[in-house]
This record gives sequence, C-alpha cells and structure tokens, in this order.
Amino acid sequence: MNKIKDKLALMAPSVVFAEGEPLTVTVPAGEFHAVAKSLRDDPEMRFDFLVCMTGMDWGETLGVVYHLRSTSFGHEIVLRTETSDRENPELQSVSDLWEAAQLNEREVYDFYGIRFVGNSDMRRLYLRNDWVGYPFRKDYDASPEINPVRLESDESLDVVPGLQEENGKIEETESVLFDDSEYVVNIGPQHPATHGVLRFRVSLEGEIVKKVDVNCGYIHRGIEKMCESLTYPQTLALTDRLDYLAAHQNRHALCMCIEKAMGIEVPERALYIRTIMDELNRLSSHLLFWSTLCMDLGALTAFFYGFRDREKVLDMMEETTGGRLIQNYNVIGGVMADIHPNLVKRVKEFIAYLPPMLEEYDEVFTGNVIAQQRMKGIGVLTKEDAISYGVTGPSGRASGWHCDVRKLKPYGVYDKVDFKEIVRTGGDTFDRYLVRVDEIRESLHILEQLIDNVPAGDYAVKTKPIIRLPEGQFFSSVEASRGEFGVYIESRGDKYPYRVKFRSPCLPLVSVVDHLTRGYKIADLIAIGGSLDYVVPDVDR
Amino acid sequence: MLLNTYTDSLDFNALTQWIDQALSSVMPAWGVVLTECILIGLCLLLGYALIALALIYIERKVCAFFQCRLGPNRVGPYGTVQSIADMVKMLIKELITIDRVDRFLFNLAPYIVIISSVLAFGCLPFAKGLEVLDFNVGIFFLMAVSSIGVVGILLAGWSSNNKYSLIGAMRSGAQMISYELSIGLSLMTMVVLAGTMQLSEIVERQADCWFLFSGHIPAVIAFLVYLVAGTAETNRGPFDLPEADSELTAGYHTEYSGMHFGFFYLAEYLNLFIVSAVAATMFLGGWMPLHIAGWDGFNAVMDYIPSLVWFLIKVGVIIFVIMWFKWTFPRLRIDQLLKLEWKYLLPINLLNLLLMVIIVVTGLHF
Repeated sequence: MNKIKDKLALMAPSVVFAEGEPLTVTVPAGEFHAVAKSLRDDPEMRFDFLVCMTGMDWGETLGVVYHLRSTSFGHEIVLRTETSDRENPELQSVSDLWEAAQLNEREVYDFYGIRFVGNSDMRRLYLRNDWVGYPFRKDYDASPEINPVRLESDESLDVVPGLQEENGKIEETESVLFDDSEYVVNIGPQHPATHGVLRFRVSLEGEIVKKVDVNCGYIHRGIEKMCESLTYPQTLALTDRLDYLAAHQNRHALCMCIEKAMGIEVPERALYIRTIMDELNRLSSHLLFWSTLCMDLGALTAFFYGFRDREKVLDMMEETTGGRLIQNYNVIGGVMADIHPNLVKRVKEFIAYLPPMLEEYDEVFTGNVIAQQRMKGIGVLTKEDAISYGVTGPSGRASGWHCDVRKLKPYGVYDKVDFKEIVRTGGDTFDRYLVRVDEIRESLHILEQLIDNVPAGDYAVKTKPIIRLPEGQFFSSVEASRGEFGVYIESRGDKYPYRVKFRSPCLPLVSVVDHLTRGYKIADLIAIGGSLDYVVPDVDR
Repeated sequence: MLLNTYTDSLDFNALTQWIDQALSSVMPAWGVVLTECILIGLCLLLGYALIALALIYIERKVCAFFQCRLGPNRVGPYGTVQSIADMVKMLIKELITIDRVDRFLFNLAPYIVIISSVLAFGCLPFAKGLEVLDFNVGIFFLMAVSSIGVVGILLAGWSSNNKYSLIGAMRSGAQMISYELSIGLSLMTMVVLAGTMQLSEIVERQADCWFLFSGHIPAVIAFLVYLVAGTAETNRGPFDLPEADSELTAGYHTEYSGMHFGFFYLAEYLNLFIVSAVAATMFLGGWMPLHIAGWDGFNAVMDYIPSLVWFLIKVGVIIFVIMWFKWTFPRLRIDQLLKLEWKYLLPINLLNLLLMVIIVVTGLHF
C-alpha cells in the first residue's frame, strides 16, 4: 500500500492522501485522467475494476468518488476528484479506461449535472430529458411547480450530446445514435422478456441486431436521495426494494456497512442466521432465474417446475421472517427475530428434496438439444470485458473471473464453511446458465453445513432507534444473487446519512447488453438478456 | 376383400340418402341442392366451432397436467364450459381499430386465415360416407387451400402498422413456405404408395394394412418428417416463432382484438386438427378400423367400433403428440428453423421419395 502511495506521489505530486483504510487519494481535476490511466496500466498496481462510482455534492464543490480494485492483486484504492464550478461543472471522463464508467458517468450527470469531457454520450440516464435541475445537489429545489407531472411522453433522442477535448479546448459534440434509415424497434418498457420496465431501442437489419440502446429509469424511485432524509434504521427498508430477488442480501450489506462504521459486534448466532438466509435468498433467486430463462427460450413447462420448487424456499422464509419476497429481516446489530422452530427441519427436508429436482431440470432443459443450440456460443463475454464493464456475480464468473465476494472478503460465516467458487471460462450464455445451476447445488452444500450448527445466544444486540454514524466514508459489499452489491455511506456525524450510494450489480449487466448482442439475432438478445438475469428495480434504484 | 365385409355400425350413407330422398319428394331438384348445400355448410361450421372449442379445452388441460397444474376447473364440471365462456367473451368484445392501419387489409386478414382452414376442413374424410368434397385430386386440393392461410398471416402483419407484427409475419412467411415443401413431399411419398390422390380411395386402400405399416421404412420416415413439418406449419411450439411471446409479444396478431383475434385463434386450433387428420388419413388409415389379415375374429371386433370414433381416436393421438412437443421443447431460432428444413428435412424427403418409388416399382411393400 505504501508502495502505491510512493508511486502516486512521484507521478502526480499534487495528489493529497487521506488517513485510513483503504487508501484514499484526492486527485486534482486536471490530472485525473492521467492518474487513473497509470493506476490501471501500471504493472504493479493494475486497478482494472471500477467497483463503484459515486457522484458527490460536498457543499462548496461537486465531485466524484471512485472505488477501484485490482483483480490480480486484490488491493483497493479510493479516488476523489472535485470541481468548484457549480454552474457548469466539468470533469474528465474515464469511460475510455473502464467501460463501467460509461453509464455511471451518465448517472452522475443526471443527478449532479457534472459533465464528463471525453464521454460522447451525455444524456440523462434515469430522469426525463426535460427535467429541470439536478436532484442530488444539496441546493436542489424539489417544489412541484418546477417539475410538474408531465403528461406528454418523453422524446427519445436519436442524436446525443457529448463533450470532447481537442487541442486543449472543450467542444460540444453530437453523435448519431440511430440515423433515419435504421429500423429501430422498441423492446420494452412493457415486454415479457425484459423482466420489468426496462427499454431497449434495438436497431435491426432483418433479424440481426445492429445496436442496442438501453433506456433506464422507468422505475427510478430516487432511493439514494430518499435515504438522505431518513434515519439509518429507516433506510434499511428501502434496500429490500432494490433487487427484490436479493432483498435479504442487500439489506445485509447496508447493515454491515453501518455496523462497521459504528463498531458494533454482531452476535455469532445472528451471523449464522444471516448467512443461512442469504443462501436461501440466493436459492430462490437462482431458481427464478432458471425458470425465467427457460420461459424466455420458449420452454414454458420448465418455468413451472422452477416456480414449484422456489415456492418451498419462499414458504421457509415466510415462516421465519413473515415476508416472502421482501423480508425486512436484517436489522442493525443482528436480525429482527429468532428463527422459527420449524426452519431447521424444513431446510433439511429441502436439502434432500432439491437435488433430484435439479436432475429433472437437466433432463427437461439443460440436456435438450434445442436449448443447447440456443445457448452455446451465444453472447460471449471475455474476462477482460467482464472486468472492464464490472460484470460481477455469476455472469462474471462464467467468464472466468474469480469475483465472488464471499471468497475475496468473507463476511457472515462464509469463512467457516467449505464451498467452491463456481467459475467457468466460456463466457457464453450456456456458461452463465450452468454457473447458476451449479451455484444452486453449492448453496445447498453451504446450508447443509450451517443448519445444524447455529450457535445458541442472542440473535441481535440492542441498538438505539436514533443512530449517529461517526464522520467518515464507509464502504462494504456482499455477494448478492447477481453480483457484488456495495454500499457507500458518507457520514457527517448526523442521524441522517450525508450520501448513500448503492453499487447495484445489475447496472453493469444492462450496460453490457449492447456489447454482447451486436451481430446476433433478436432471439439471441432475449436469450442473452435472460442469462444475464438483471432485475430492473436494481438498475433504476 | 375385407373392404366389402366392413359395414359401419354408424353408417352415414344411409342418413344422407334418407335426407336426400325426403327432400326430393317435396321440392324440385335445384331446391334440393340448395337446401343440402346450406345444411352441409351449417354442419361444417358447427363442427368447426365445436372441434375448436374442444381442442382449446383439451390443450389447456393437457398443458396444465404437464405443468403440475389443474387447468380450467371452475366453469362447469371439470371446467368443460370454460372455452364456451371464453368464446362468448370473445364474441362480445369490442373490435378495436388501430390508428393508422391499412383498414381494409387489416379487417380482411383474419377472414382469409379462417376461410383457408374451413376449406381444408371441408375435404377431410371424417367417417365412412361422411365426406363433403371427394374428388380425384383431393389431397392436392387440401394442400392448396390450406396454404392460402399464410397470405392472411402476411397481410395481418403487414397491415397492422406494428414492427413486432411485421417481424412475426415475415418469420411466418419464411417458415410456412419452407415447411410446405416438406409437407408436400412427404404426402407425395404416400401418394406414390397409394396410387391415387382421392381421399376416399386412399382410406379404402388401407383396409388391410395402414400405409404406415405397408410402406414400412419410407412411410415411417415420411410420417416423422410430416409430424415435424406439420407442427411447424401450424406455428406451434417449438416452431412458434411467428408469435414467439417472449420475443415479439404476440407476433402477427398483436394488434387484433375481439373476434378478429378469435378467428386467428380458432384457425390455429383447427389447423392443428387438420394437420393431424391428414396424418391420420395418409398414414394411419383414416376412419378405417385396424385390420390384421387372417385375424378374422379380431377384425370383426374392431369393426364394431364406428368409423367416426376410429377417426377421432387417431386424430386425438396425433394431436396429443403435437401438444407434447409444444409443452416440452424450447423454441428454435429462425436460422436454426430454416436450416432444419433446407439442410435436413428437404434432402431426406427427396431421397425418401426416391426410395418409395423404388419400393413401389419393385413391389417390396406389403
């Protein structure tokens, strides 16, 4: 870590180092791109994974916080950059270094009005194009007169504005997304295969996909903004509404982040219960993935088999938590209530029940020659692209990237159980499918080790209803059902967070769709989308 | 000949002759023809609607049992009145006119689809003596009229002013025209064996042995090819690309509502029936009971079952097999679909036709 510090100080003397872990560096806006490039390319640093990119309004200045990680060395760094120009803020784009930055920069522009020089697509990502103001700025005027409910539909732009630097001068550019001669079909926002209100504008040539433009924001609720006016225990309820198929895991991440900030020691029993629930949640999510992928490929009967078995998981969770989809189970310092006496028995029954069903799945779908032809070799994502786009979770692991947070940074009791990280190297739709099917088996294996060994003791430590986090920045992440779910909290010592950012695993999944589907057929677009398994409320937040 | 000894316990010849004589005694010849035409038309349409309703109910039940569900079970005993309730709902629903469609073609398309399937339905030999159109190129006529349907589908997609519909229609055009070849060639293989295109003749030549058995190897190949191509021809899974719901929402009939949608829906099920009925007629002996040469007692027992029942049983088995396909397999992609036809089924079919000719010429069939 000191070595990196020395290198950076040598390379760019104007950077400022902050105290604490992980290494936090403030980089002047003018040198940001050069520093970022050397951080990525230096053979001893290799920060090739942009984990999280958070827009910030620090009052005087606007800026961005970048969380970088090296996939080869595992070390992490936090970069901060800021601009004091609130009227017309501009920062350097890193979308040429990390593909993941492309959509994230649009998000920051949407929320803070910061424009990125070098990004050729500076549209708003979530809000309407005619939205007035930038809602995440602290001086934003939320009065309904400024942004009334508009009844006319939002025009989709075919020509997008951007900013480029040429010979030291910053110029506005326009790039053509779709020209008039192209046959553009809307897939979504109401479409059976987008799994929610997501919209792809697809340029077609016959059946062949030429280009896909992702339009998000149909279910944008401003959850991060809402968190800024809620107390910490209140913010918990919103995490369940992000990726509703990983409700428990998302909430786990936020609880962990707050507990880490406050230094709360969570009882052993609560850790076990959390881990068990995480895995049950993963099971229900992967079973739903299996069902919906089969349905996307036209195997309707298989869909029902998956739902039949997922129902059993939901029943178990309902008994203990009271919720089937949205559990509201984790609280700061532990879990809401002790496990139901039936849970142990039912989990054991389920562990015995599911493997024969998985064999049936293989007979019905995996082994089917049509299914294999539809999936093999379709939508190949290389490991480099997966890292660059930040595609984590089962989709990233299908490309050969060891990105399981449970192994990299064990939390809960994952360090006490023995399980395999399922990694495949093909990166195609079939591998993404197989990784998830194998993870179902692996989750059963984890549950088997935990379910009999839940230690006695308290299931939660008592915390006050009003919690004040110490001043500082906190980041923690968990392995949610579809990838790394991270929570970044910046606190100023209030009972409300100053800024909460959720690193959603699904935004990268959606951003990679264009890259994966070019040149394939419409039917492949559906298959690839199904195999990426994004959940739209998590994209839109 | 066994054929002459077979007297149907439910013989329709007697019935139709009786009606004819009764009418002749009270009105002039032109009146008889007119009345009979109207009666036949009514019966056909009634049969058409009833079979479609029954098939919709059967499909829902079969699909439900495949999917660990119960299916319709509230309206009437075991839900049997469900599809009638659906039909009533469909009949009283509004026909929504979409903005900026080609109004004339848009309204015409469902009728073309349904007319083509009614025409094909009319030539089927349902039972001994129960066949409306029976002339020397019967099977040829049947294929010709059933392929008009694709025009209706293309028109529906084209006139809907909807990109999904258009893609669905294009897929359907490519698919149906390709698979028409396989259907035609596999039926031609059987015509070579039968030596006639007249449907009643074809059935009667299977009195001793069904063509599937008498034509052995080439007949079995033709039967399998016909089943695949017939499934594709009816746009059913795994070949339901024109209406692939997860890709194109509903394909060519996305924009249709009320009874116009109902026509597509009815025609789809009736086409399923027609394809199965043709398979039963050409390969499984149509309404002819199962006869095994030399087993006189067995044959006599078989003869007690009315020919209409034989026909419906055979059609039902094939319909079940096609439904089984749909509820088991995932959907193909358009290029895989066309590859299957042009690279595999078509060459197999041509060779099979040659094989059949050789067998018939050398007299190697039973």
